[in-house]
Amino acid sequence: MFVTAASFKKTFRRDWRDWITFVLFAGPNLLLFVIFTYYPLIRNFLLSFQEYNPIIDKGEWVGFNNYVDILIQDTQMTRIMQNTLVFTVSVVALILVLGLLTALLLNQKLRFRNGVRSMLFSPAVLAGSAVAVIWLYIFDYRFGLFFQVLKYFGINSPKWLLDPQWAMISLIIVYVWKNLGYATVIYIAGLQAIPADLYEAARVDGAGAWQRFRNVTLPGLSPVTFFLGVTSVLNSFQSFEIINVLTRGGPVNATNVLVYRLYEQGFTEIQNYGRASVVATLLFVIMFILTLIQLRAIERRVSYA
Amino acid sequence: MGISAQKTINHVFGYIGMAILVIIIGVPLLWLVSGSMKTNPEFYTATPSLIPERIHLDNFYKAWNQASFGSYYINSIVTTLIGASAEIIMAVTTAYALVFVRFPFRNFVFVMLLVALMVPEQVVILPNFLTIADMGLLVTSSRDLSTQDYIRGWLAIILPGASIAFGTFLLRQYFRTVPADLVDAAKVDGASHWTTMMKVIAPVATPAIATTGLLSFTAKWNEYLWPLIVTFSDRLRTLPIAMRRLLDAEGNAEWGVVMAAAIFVVLPVILVFLYAQRYVVDGLASGAVKG
Repeated sequence: MFVTAASFKKTFRRDWRDWITFVLFAGPNLLLFVIFTYYPLIRNFLLSFQEYNPIIDKGEWVGFNNYVDILIQDTQMTRIMQNTLVFTVSVVALILVLGLLTALLLNQKLRFRNGVRSMLFSPAVLAGSAVAVIWLYIFDYRFGLFFQVLKYFGINSPKWLLDPQWAMISLIIVYVWKNLGYATVIYIAGLQAIPADLYEAARVDGAGAWQRFRNVTLPGLSPVTFFLGVTSVLNSFQSFEIINVLTRGGPVNATNVLVYRLYEQGFTEIQNYGRASVVATLLFVIMFILTLIQLRAIERRVSYA
Repeated sequence: MGISAQKTINHVFGYIGMAILVIIIGVPLLWLVSGSMKTNPEFYTATPSLIPERIHLDNFYKAWNQASFGSYYINSIVTTLIGASAEIIMAVTTAYALVFVRFPFRNFVFVMLLVALMVPEQVVILPNFLTIADMGLLVTSSRDLSTQDYIRGWLAIILPGASIAFGTFLLRQYFRTVPADLVDAAKVDGASHWTTMMKVIAPVATPAIATTGLLSFTAKWNEYLWPLIVTFSDRLRTLPIAMRRLLDAEGNAEWGVVMAAAIFVVLPVILVFLYAQRYVVDGLASGAVKG
């Protein structure tokens, strides 16, 4: 087999045309990624070492000053990290457990189950800001729905969003309410992808309902659980509008999380771009590490049976 | 206990569970609808009712006219339609190129895409704000805006989010399942890549493209943080931002108007979702299970 000059020329010309096609087809998307994802990722990192003056659009290098300000000097930072952790862990755990339970429920052959599934999913497509507005009214401690229901049972309503003890719980309720249906839908698809003969085989072996769930359903769902776990962690980390509408990080920072701190530092009166960039870098590093840890964990644990 | 008795018990529990779900999800939604029709005295009462006293559409009228939600609709529609269209077109062409067009750095491009998928919007929001400012797209005047101001303002909202990683990824997975014979046959017939994409791949992949498009549409329509940061002029607000500002201004005095505004925000998405939820739900689910 040898390549003649003519055939080489021909393949080269065809390749060359393919390359142009590729650039035309994928180029615009990639260019936008370079301008609005990769370049800013680097610029953010650089900004975190600068004292930036927006008026003259110039930064002055200040070494690790911003990092010291945020990580060491900022007395609220421990609180904010704790809040972020509490919010993420609670929300993800609740969404996974409740999502699985509702999926098991709706996977049974019940009438209206498709309607209920759609209804459960619907809050996930609604604007987070609008959902937050609904809940702002539900949580109102004088006129709200919860107040009313609790009073009916003779319980004094907490002040929900105004009480540092309850504000975080309120946010968790809203977030889970909005995003539960997504997990349910994914889990239902996961349940339906488990081959029926696996259950049959387990039944023949004399496995009870619990054993079938433990040994067939759960392992069969582990890839889906992994997918949901990763996406839920990343999404909850980015949750902004619910906090912005309901609590603005308050009362007294009780619901302030990393994303919100970033917004506060960069885009409210404070307008300290250097410190905001430190928070953004921190956010990125944490999310990146979380993804890697989950990927590692999954390599060992996930069964693709 | 017989099998059928066990089944009946399961069913009873099943229906009770479904009823609880319907109440948990439905009551807050109903609370929104009823709130939008309540008058002020109906709000500030110790015994609020889930059903408004009568159908009262004043709040919608006020939100539409006094709070000029009519004009905010234009901002939302323009930015959503252009933003989502750009995303769909680029998702299809990029995914097509990644699967069917030969290119030496194809894998590198794919990795670039995967990394972009892992960079959250919030992390790059500050430098992007500076970039948009450098491009001269920030409209700070709140007086009457010229057509050019509107275009700049809309571009500021659309541009940073116009690229698409997730949809490209979703479509790439889908395109890979298209039988190679189909594409080869088109090639033998002398079809260009463009023709192959439009006439062969796109028709086969319609459900996946519809899923991507619907996800883009809802994401753009609901977008909050970025428009909040770049809309200084009140004329350029999109609906969610306008609702937020209305809440700041009237939240304690005119709850009903704010609720009506919230309905204006969610209504188009609900209509689209009712019509096409099959694509959203099935598309997302199959992406998660197969992907």
